[in-house]
Amino acid sequence: MHTMKPVTNVIIAGVGGQGVVKASDILTEAVFRAGFDVKKSEIHGMSQRGGSVASDIRFGEQVLSPMVPPGEADFILVMSEDEAQAVESQLKEGGTLLTPESLPGYIDEDADEDEDEETRLRLRCMNVALLGGLSTLLDIPDSCWREALCANLPKRAWEFNEKVFQLGRELVDK
Amino acid sequence: MSDPLERLLLSGDAAVARAALDCGVHLGVGYPGTPSTEILEDFSRLGGKAEWAPNEKVALEVGIGAAFGGAAALVTMKHVGLNVAADPLFTVAYTGVPGALVIVSADDPGMHSSQNEQDNRNFAKAAGVPMLEPSDSQEAYDLTREAFRLSHTHQIPVLLRMTTRTCHSQTVLRRAAPIRITEPDVYQRDIKSRVMIPGYARPAHRRLRAKLAAIEQEFNASELNYVVEGDRALGIIASGVSYMHAREAAPEASFLKLTTTHPLPVALARKFAAGVERCIALEEGDPYLVENLRAHGIPVEGKDEAYRFGELNVGLVRGILANAPAPEPAPPKGRPPQLCAGCPHRTVFATLARQNCIVTGDIGCYTLGVLPPFEAMDSCVCMGASIGVGLGLRHVLPPDEARRVVSVIGDSTFVHSGITGLVEMAYNPPPTGHLVLIVDNGTTAMTGFQEHPGTGKILDHSPSSKLSFEDLVKSIGITRVHVIDPTEDMRAFSDLVKECLDSGELAVVIARRPCLLAERKQTATERAAASKSCTP
Repeated sequence: MHTMKPVTNVIIAGVGGQGVVKASDILTEAVFRAGFDVKKSEIHGMSQRGGSVASDIRFGEQVLSPMVPPGEADFILVMSEDEAQAVESQLKEGGTLLTPESLPGYIDEDADEDEDEETRLRLRCMNVALLGGLSTLLDIPDSCWREALCANLPKRAWEFNEKVFQLGRELVDK
Repeated sequence: MSDPLERLLLSGDAAVARAALDCGVHLGVGYPGTPSTEILEDFSRLGGKAEWAPNEKVALEVGIGAAFGGAAALVTMKHVGLNVAADPLFTVAYTGVPGALVIVSADDPGMHSSQNEQDNRNFAKAAGVPMLEPSDSQEAYDLTREAFRLSHTHQIPVLLRMTTRTCHSQTVLRRAAPIRITEPDVYQRDIKSRVMIPGYARPAHRRLRAKLAAIEQEFNASELNYVVEGDRALGIIASGVSYMHAREAAPEASFLKLTTTHPLPVALARKFAAGVERCIALEEGDPYLVENLRAHGIPVEGKDEAYRFGELNVGLVRGILANAPAPEPAPPKGRPPQLCAGCPHRTVFATLARQNCIVTGDIGCYTLGVLPPFEAMDSCVCMGASIGVGLGLRHVLPPDEARRVVSVIGDSTFVHSGITGLVEMAYNPPPTGHLVLIVDNGTTAMTGFQEHPGTGKILDHSPSSKLSFEDLVKSIGITRVHVIDPTEDMRAFSDLVKECLDSGELAVVIARRPCLLAERKQTATERAAASKSCTP
């Protein structure tokens, strides 16, 4: 009796403008469409102005608190390496941290983002590429991911985002 | 109409908006403030009639009028907004309303985007209005509807108290079948209820207390409050998001989930406390439940004072339950916010820093002028305070010091509560004069680019009457009024500030330059509107 059904805890972190909230919207919608109970919590407001942003997503059969308890994150996604330090302590033992470095080959190190359109776009869609990496670690049907991507992105961005999502799936270094 | 049983994933704010629509709210009115802002924006998007008022006091007064007219009115604001609206709140509790009036107070424990973390549960008790507290979006939806029902049934304004976590967390909910609570009809005169001269207010106060006593009885039997049977060794009384944290932190415990936190269902709490060995009231912020339950002789434990500060979470609740010593303050989280690159406020604060001004600041993005590299702000108290505080300093400082004082206020904040400060400036001018800088970026940027009377557009961005700051300032009796784009010629702006300070006169400089982000957003909205109107 009183045993708690397991809840999966994800934190997505970065700086305002890196697509943290967008990524958490997509993930939340995907698990919602997969039929889970889900709660997502983040802070809007002053944090928009270039400050750090973090979003907590929790899902399972029943979720109570909307916030990931300290040190209990199963997965943490960070949009840039320098943001990792602020949230790493939230990772539970055996949890997975996904950063841009977890996707070897996603960004061509020799390319100049000002010169190369593909590199610029890939950097901008790092949030979706990391979700692609995460998707290999979660039991969410592909169709739910696809629907969630389309529901949260403008039509003209679908094709490229589906591509980087797939890239993230293939490249992720588990 | 969409299937009412459809599963939805909504924030608490969006859930309130949806519920308002589903129970026939006639008018939503408020002033933007994180974390409450999205309620009226969503209500408007869903087709409800919603408007931004110049400030929360006016918003509540408009809501009162609508409810006097028999309508269902929703008034929204952040916690500190209720301070501004406190004057009408305390008396509309006496008058009551024939329609229905629900006020949302969105508190911000932890001060994610606020200047204090006041606990507005105390307002419900002080004003004598019933209060409901949701703990997730489903409850935000259900309780909004319940608040309107309660308000209409008992002819009393009701406070729906939310917090940042319930406002901004997205959780799953199902709607219920739409209903209509009340409809405005021929005006019913009731001067003894609504004209609060002392002779009518004295019986009105007694009527209010009788209503609250009846509501307390209703709450004692209400399904909104319920017991979750568990181990009798530990009984936890909790409400709002704290209930969710506590259920998770102590899944084996017995719970009394309180949804109606004013008036407290005392009989229910007494019975619960008597049935458990250790009874603890677990709450974020002030010891509201603990003190009020103890005042009724119910033996409940509270939390250590060290846990009063900031938000709770599952980890902190475990600490409270284990009587653990004070938690270490959480380390500052990552990068602090800053003024955007290219933000026109940057020029303003660079200038004020260079001229070594004493800057009384105000509430908005520009409060970030306090941070490096500018550090050009000396005070920020509440909406509109820049002007009054600046005048006070000017009155008492030695003349050479007084001449350095400048008040900085944003456009939306100026309309909210800067105008009376300016009237004071003209009426009681300091001997050294004064300079008020209105940093006019043409939007309420901080809360997400809402319109206000100075933008000449209403909540849904359609055009309306536009308040001219320069004409208003002149009509108050201030003759030295300048309008300048601070980014066009930084030197000219700097010279103008110096000239005003040196003049020893009363001066208002309107530093006008649109917010970069708002401009971008506006262009996108206009593009979308244009493409829509082109579609057959």
